[in-house]
Amino acid sequence: MSEEKIKSEREPLFSKKNKKLVTDPLTDNNPVTIQVLGICSALAITVQVEQGVVMGVAVLFVMILGNLFISLMRNLIPSRIRIIVQLVVVAALVIIVNEVLKAFLPDVSEKLSVFVGLIITNCIIMGRFEAFAMANKPWPSILDAIGNALGYAGLLIIVSVFRELFGSGTLYGYPIFGDYIKGDGLYSLGYVNNNLMILPPMALIIVGVIIWVQRSRNKDLIENN
Amino acid sequence: MKINKESSVYTFSFAIVLVVIVGSILAMLAMGLKPRQDRNGEIKKQLDILSAMLNLDSLGIDRSNVEVEFAKYFSKEGSLVFNNSSEKVDDVNAFRVDIKKEFKDKTLDEKDRNYPLFVAEMNGKKKYIIPVVGKGLWGPIWGNICIGSDLSTIEGASFGHKGETPGLGAEIKQQFFIDRWIGEKITNENGDFLKFEVVKDGSGSNIESKVDGITGGTITSKGVEEMINRCVEVYIPYFNKLNNTLK
Repeated sequence: MSEEKIKSEREPLFSKKNKKLVTDPLTDNNPVTIQVLGICSALAITVQVEQGVVMGVAVLFVMILGNLFISLMRNLIPSRIRIIVQLVVVAALVIIVNEVLKAFLPDVSEKLSVFVGLIITNCIIMGRFEAFAMANKPWPSILDAIGNALGYAGLLIIVSVFRELFGSGTLYGYPIFGDYIKGDGLYSLGYVNNNLMILPPMALIIVGVIIWVQRSRNKDLIENN
Repeated sequence: MKINKESSVYTFSFAIVLVVIVGSILAMLAMGLKPRQDRNGEIKKQLDILSAMLNLDSLGIDRSNVEVEFAKYFSKEGSLVFNNSSEKVDDVNAFRVDIKKEFKDKTLDEKDRNYPLFVAEMNGKKKYIIPVVGKGLWGPIWGNICIGSDLSTIEGASFGHKGETPGLGAEIKQQFFIDRWIGEKITNENGDFLKFEVVKDGSGSNIESKVDGITGGTITSKGVEEMINRCVEVYIPYFNKLNNTLK
């Protein structure tokens, strides 16, 4: 990530460069498939689409605020303890989110259960703090957070669609192939759910396939070793 | 004045200031939200208990009106607490017993755990709700078992978990799994406790103390088996006594 020079004149809020901050992570600089950040949570919570969506929203919220705070403090943070400072910020934000959800949206909090805590360990957040917010102004940092969080959420949703559809035969909880327990619909013809899809290794394989497809469509992404 | 950002004094002061600010924000937030969170916990407990005997969705019971509905069926006087050796404990309020906390508490001896029994009156018939708690694969699981007025048949149940695998162990919450328990008997004609067994081979559909587990969720299913066997057994002597007085 190249450091941007601080310009004297004000640039427009949605300049071309700022727009790229949001759109790049959605495609050619996707945090999961290109930067290979946040793989761990992509494995853990892509069994059902609903979880992917909820986790994506939670990460979006934490990342915007985190990037904003780090960016505001970037000239004050001593470089020797910057990682610890970043960790304190993200941990505090996650605790705040968790406590507020528990008090005002108990049902959502229950669904998220342990995943809110997992956000702390999500490498995308620390990665973006370190790579972007530490060196950029607040507004571009917010855009970078939005772009990367959406890129992450998008990938979670793609992976979880495959895993929920073939693993449980449902999408967002609604049965697609008929009722598995009663055995009607497609199941009456002998179709069975693939239980392997529910297990974490399949997420890795699906992410791998997505990376393969993406790189074969855009040859620039292939590293020359 | 230019501050040397790399000096140890600056680094230490920055760390101290940051920690004090973040610490006090979090502490204030936690204190301020505690009453609301506790209330939510109480409401959730009542929802769990009610959902073992009623269909909450069709009756339109949710967080907003559960306290009114709960009071219709349950009273503090009608609910009992037992100790590990099935003796009645008089000075404990059944609604105040936190069985999840007691189960988790390593310093609390197993003998000192409390076992509440919630007795509801519905259409002139009594229903007995037994709260249960145990261990799943990743964390705690819990539930409420509704025993009918014959003091033996399971008429309903509800299960919950903290973080079981979605699509596998987490399926214990689903109605299809609960349905497998409904109709099972906890005692035989002589009043002896029938231990449940969660089976893998699909032979659990009849009423013979066997219940089908969840494919891929064996450890969670076995956890449900263990928690029901351990908790329900405590109440059997009381049920037998009650049965004898009714005869």
